[in-house]
Amino acid sequence: MSAIKSYDHPTNADQFNKDQARTHWHDSSLWFIREKRDRMSKSLPEWETLRTCASQIKAHTVSKLADYLEEFEKNATARGATVHWAKDAEEHNRIVLEILQKHQTKRIVKSKSMLTEECHLNPWLEKHGIEVVDTDLGERIVQLRNEPPSHIVMPAIHLKKEDVSNTFHEHLQTEQGNYDPNYLTESARQHLRQKFCQADAGITGVNFAIAETGGFVVCTNEGNADLGVSLPKVHIACMGIEKLIPKVDHLSIFLRLLARSATGQPITTYSSHFHGPIEGGELHIVLVDNGRSKLMNSDDYRNSLKCIRCGACMNTCPVYRRSGGHSYAATVPGPIGSILNPLRDAKHHKTLPFACTLCGSCSDVCPVKINLHEQLLTLRTEVKNQKQLPISKTLPMQIASFVFQRPKLFAWLGGVGKFFLRTMPRFLIYNAMNPWGRNREMPEAPPESFRKQYAQRVKKKSDK
Amino acid sequence: MRVALFVPCYIDQLYPRVAMATLDLLEQLGVDVDFPEAQTCCGQPMLNSGCDTDALPLAERFVEIFSGFDAVVCPSGSCVSMVKNHYHHLLHDNARYETLRTQVYELCEFLVDVLKVDALPVKFPYKVGLHSSCHGLRELRLASDSELNIPEFNKPKQLLALLEGVEFAELKRKDECCGFGGTFAVSEEAVSCTMGRDRIADHLQAGTQVLTAGDMSCLMHLAGLIKRDKQPIRVMHIAEILAGYEVPQ
Ligand code: SF4
Repeated sequence: MSAIKSYDHPTNADQFNKDQARTHWHDSSLWFIREKRDRMSKSLPEWETLRTCASQIKAHTVSKLADYLEEFEKNATARGATVHWAKDAEEHNRIVLEILQKHQTKRIVKSKSMLTEECHLNPWLEKHGIEVVDTDLGERIVQLRNEPPSHIVMPAIHLKKEDVSNTFHEHLQTEQGNYDPNYLTESARQHLRQKFCQADAGITGVNFAIAETGGFVVCTNEGNADLGVSLPKVHIACMGIEKLIPKVDHLSIFLRLLARSATGQPITTYSSHFHGPIEGGELHIVLVDNGRSKLMNSDDYRNSLKCIRCGACMNTCPVYRRSGGHSYAATVPGPIGSILNPLRDAKHHKTLPFACTLCGSCSDVCPVKINLHEQLLTLRTEVKNQKQLPISKTLPMQIASFVFQRPKLFAWLGGVGKFFLRTMPRFLIYNAMNPWGRNREMPEAPPESFRKQYAQRVKKKSDK
Repeated sequence: MRVALFVPCYIDQLYPRVAMATLDLLEQLGVDVDFPEAQTCCGQPMLNSGCDTDALPLAERFVEIFSGFDAVVCPSGSCVSMVKNHYHHLLHDNARYETLRTQVYELCEFLVDVLKVDALPVKFPYKVGLHSSCHGLRELRLASDSELNIPEFNKPKQLLALLEGVEFAELKRKDECCGFGGTFAVSEEAVSCTMGRDRIADHLQAGTQVLTAGDMSCLMHLAGLIKRDKQPIRVMHIAEILAGYEVPQ
């Protein structure tokens, strides 16, 4: 996890912004995708209707989640799959390891799954002597670099092609200084092909599981999920319990929204449907809670369970674009990550709800209409209630509140403040204690407040 | 109609010209305006910092002070949104608040929706760069934003378009956040300044002569950067422009 230096978002973001050229490059790469998403969403007159439908289907599913999970289990089992239940990350990892050990698995291939990242499955399996190869190209790149993904859809979006070339040169012995994306992709393809052929088991994530049929869908642009589970006999699918939808009919709504929101494609290149194991093989589905049912019971945050992990909120977030995914020090970064992580661990992730200007762009871009920025605001109070706000943040607010409850004191202090702002020498105003003034000028203090001018004006009028 | 003028605390102290312009403008349009002097701050900085208990007494005062008017008008979308959209976190089932929240208007919203202003006797021969402040845009819906697939509209722009000689600068990112974000401007200083500079760069390439917005807080942040970087852009609150005030030199 070499990229994570600290849990403090401002510190990490400050570091990221030191290289302004790279910051701008990162911002424009993501903005490019956001614009593509805009064009694609505007090409569908029914876009807002789709969002409303998706949001309502998810709300309904979450309200009856236990029933739908049981229905899914029954139907998946009937199709020959084995369904496992994991209450947290540890149990999930243990279940996966047990299955692999039963089959004496030494090598596995894994397609992109944020859930297994969330559970830190890779290091756990590696500790038990199992080689894990991420087969999504972006995932593979960050895996070789021993870094976590910086984005949930484009895990290596923080890297330039030069960075990828250097990484491949080091690990895959590609030509030094050859930055041609076609060459690099082909080299990765050859390398991964070998891994696919050697694997004893394949792990995938799940994008949508359908209660009605007991089947599930995995969306990839590289077809790597299909390859990874077609050759080996064991397929393990790991899914968060919120990935459920009731009916197969609903799928079309979500598939149309997902790819357009994520990358501006009309549909993901491969939407692979799985219904039971391949001939002579085994299919295991691990249903993971890991804090999700807690969210289900909260009026303020229940909505965040609707998330389909499209990543659009990251692409649109002006803070994410200019601070990079690693600055969040979390598996899921950006607006949705800034909700999910502090709810799981407020101590470590206390700065995330504040890594946001509350601009609201995420809420309007979200295909399932999660009120992200409102939840981020509510979450700030939660962080305070959990006693995770430093006194340097709470005391000024207490003082300000005291003053604002006393209009005369406020007016008087305002006058004093303006006087100092006008008369103090520059070095006393612009110093290390004033983060406003590091890059910005302070406003010029006017001679008189509005309330003074207003009083004079009223007096003048009545004198007339 | 008895209208109360709600002047955000920092406008009262640092930008009296904006409040005066709002007052002048409303009076020019024949509105009878009151300024309740007990008002101070709506409590937004406290709530946004997670300090809900410090915001609560200010929300209660606000309801106390501004109830009873036919309308409350404020030259700041952000503060209006605090009252309209976020007080309910603090004031549960408060009947007076429920009435009041329907009577609070951002200035442009009031001019377009209530007064239905369709002419303003002002000449403004400048290229105007309109910054769409986020809370006005996405919480009050003063304009359509680029994320949504809905018909386009823009109330502040509609008002500016009434002025003689006005031209609009075409931005590459029409509604991106400027990076102010209240205490964010200080706690996330690095990102905040990068965002602000990016906005300014967009205005520079679009040929903005006068940068304007419905929120002075965004403009305070942008003006701070403009001044530090010595950029050739003038900054005015939209109320100052609509009231026919001079461009500051
Ligand atoms: S919160 Fe919404 S926009 Fe963000 S990843 Fe989830 S579904 Fe996509």
